Amino acid sequence: MEAAALTQKPLVVESIRKEFPILNQKVNGHHLVYFDNAATTQKPHRVIQALVDYYSTTNANIHRGIHTLAERATREFEATRLTAQQFIKAKHSEEIIFVRGVTEGINLVAASYGRVFLKSGDEIIISGLEHHSNIVPWQMLCEEKGCLLKIIPITPSGEFDMDAFDKLLGGRTKIVAVNHASNSLGTINPIESIIEKAHKVGAIVLIDGAQAAAHCEIDVQKLNCDFYCISAHKMYGPTGIGILYGKKELLEKMPPYMGGGEMIRNVTFEKTTYNELPYKFEAGTPNIADVVAFNEAFLFIEEIGKQNIAAHEQDLLTYASQQLESLKGVRLIGTAQNKVSVQSFVVNGIHPFDVGQMLDARGVAVRTGHHCTQPLMDHFGIEGTVRASFAVYNTKEEINALIEGVDRIMKFLR
Amino acid sequence: MTIEETQNEIINDFSLLDGDLEMSVMYLMELGQKLPVMKEDEKIETNLVKGCQSKVWLTTDMVHERLFFSADSNTAITKGLVSLLIRTFSGHLPDEILTSELFFMQKIGMDRFIGTQRSNGFAAMIKQMKMYALAFKTKSQLHA
Repeated sequence: MEAAALTQKPLVVESIRKEFPILNQKVNGHHLVYFDNAATTQKPHRVIQALVDYYSTTNANIHRGIHTLAERATREFEATRLTAQQFIKAKHSEEIIFVRGVTEGINLVAASYGRVFLKSGDEIIISGLEHHSNIVPWQMLCEEKGCLLKIIPITPSGEFDMDAFDKLLGGRTKIVAVNHASNSLGTINPIESIIEKAHKVGAIVLIDGAQAAAHCEIDVQKLNCDFYCISAHKMYGPTGIGILYGKKELLEKMPPYMGGGEMIRNVTFEKTTYNELPYKFEAGTPNIADVVAFNEAFLFIEEIGKQNIAAHEQDLLTYASQQLESLKGVRLIGTAQNKVSVQSFVVNGIHPFDVGQMLDARGVAVRTGHHCTQPLMDHFGIEGTVRASFAVYNTKEEINALIEGVDRIMKFLR
Repeated sequence: MTIEETQNEIINDFSLLDGDLEMSVMYLMELGQKLPVMKEDEKIETNLVKGCQSKVWLTTDMVHERLFFSADSNTAITKGLVSLLIRTFSGHLPDEILTSELFFMQKIGMDRFIGTQRSNGFAAMIKQMKMYALAFKTKSQLHA
C-alpha cells in the first residue's frame, strides 16, 4: 500500500469528473453542481459497470452452489471482503460483516451485543454530534434494558468537550458510540483518545465511520476500536450495502442478529447450530451485486489515494468557507480545526429551505434542514442549516456558483 | 372575481415567466413579501397548519358572510405559496370555497418548484382553509 502511495499521480479533477456520467448534465437549465456528497456521493463508471457486468455475466446465488456461475459469484463477493479488510486494515477477513449500511451495523451491535452484555443501570455514552442512526438504536436498547444514555456535550465550534467526556466515563460505562466525522458539521473527532479512555474503564467502542470512509485514513488495528461501520454509498459505491467491522473475539461471543439461510450450520426442529464468522451475521441471500460493485469503489479511492483526495477536498473546504464568510449575513456552523469537507451555514433572516430552493433553481444541489441531527440543531438554537459537502470531483468554479446563488437570494430578500 | 377567474389570472401571471425556475421562485418570494403582515399574537401554536414542514400560520375572519384569510410563514417561498391560496379564496362565501376545484397548481407547473414535502404541505394548507370554510358554514347554519 505504501509503495502504491508513492507512485500515485497528482489528482486531475477534469479527468476524474469524466468518470462520473451523472455530472455531465444540466439541471433546471444550469450545469449540475452536486454538493450533497455527505448524503450520498455519485458513482464512477466502473462501479456502475460492475453492477451491469455482474447481472449480465455472473449472477448466481453464492456459497452453496457447485456450478460455475455460483463459484464465480462467490469469488467476486468474497473478493470485496478482502479489499474491505485491507481498506480498514483489519486483522482477519471474517471481521468484515456485510450489512445494509451504517444504520444496520449500529442496530446489529445494539441488538446483539447490547441485549446480551448490558444490564439495568449500565451506561452508554454517545455525543451531541451524532446522526439519529447513532442515537435511536441506543435509546431503544436503554428502554429495553434500563440502561442510561449519556451525551458528550459540544463546544461552540462543534467539537467534543473532552473534559466533560472524562467526567462521564466511569465503571458503569459499557459502550461508547461516536462518529469519526460529523455529517452536519464535518468535525473530525478525536476517536483515538476516546477509544483509549473508554477501554481504560472497560467499555467497548463503536465508531460510526459513515462520513470518514471517503476522506480519512482508517486503521482499525491502530485505532483499536471494537466496531467500525461504513456505508458504501457515501464513498462512491452503491446504495444498500456497507460493512460492520468487529473484533473477532467480540463477534464470536455475540449471538446472531437475524435467523435464516446462510447463517446456520445445522437445522433441526429441536436445535439449530450457527455458522462461523462472518456468515453467522449474514442471514439470507445477501446483496451480492452491490457487494461486488462495492469492490470497485474501494479501488477507485485507493487508486487516487486518500491523501490526494483529502488534500483536494481540504482546498475546496477552505475556499468555500472563506467565500461564504465574506458574504455579510452568513454564519458558518461548525468551525472545528480538523474537518472533512462539509460546510454548514445559515443566512440571517432567510430560512435554509429558501436558500436551498433558490440554489436548486440554479442547478446547485445542497442539503437543507436538520441533517438527521435534531439535538445538534437545538444546541445551536437553529432549525437547520444549508450544508454544502464536497467530493473528489468538485471544483472551485462550482463553489463560485454556490456563492453567486447565496449572494443573489440575500440581495433579493433584503 | 370568481375563484375560477382568479385561478386563470394566476396562470396568466406565471405564463409571463416563461417556465424559468429561478424567476418563478423569485416571483413567489416576491408575492410572499407583499402579503399583509400578520399580527404577532396570531402566530401561535393553534394557528399552525399541521402537515407543513415549514411553519405556516393561518387564520380567518368572516365579514358579511365572506371569509378573509391571513397567513405567514417562516420561509419566503411557502409564504408565496400561501399567498396564492389567499388570493384565490379570500372574499368568498364558505360554500364557494367548499365547492371550488383548484386547478392553477398544475397549470403553472408547481411541482417543478416545490418538492414532494412542500406539495404535501400545500395540500395541508388547502385542507385547513376548507376546514375553516366548513366550520363557518356550520356555524351560520346553526344560527340561522
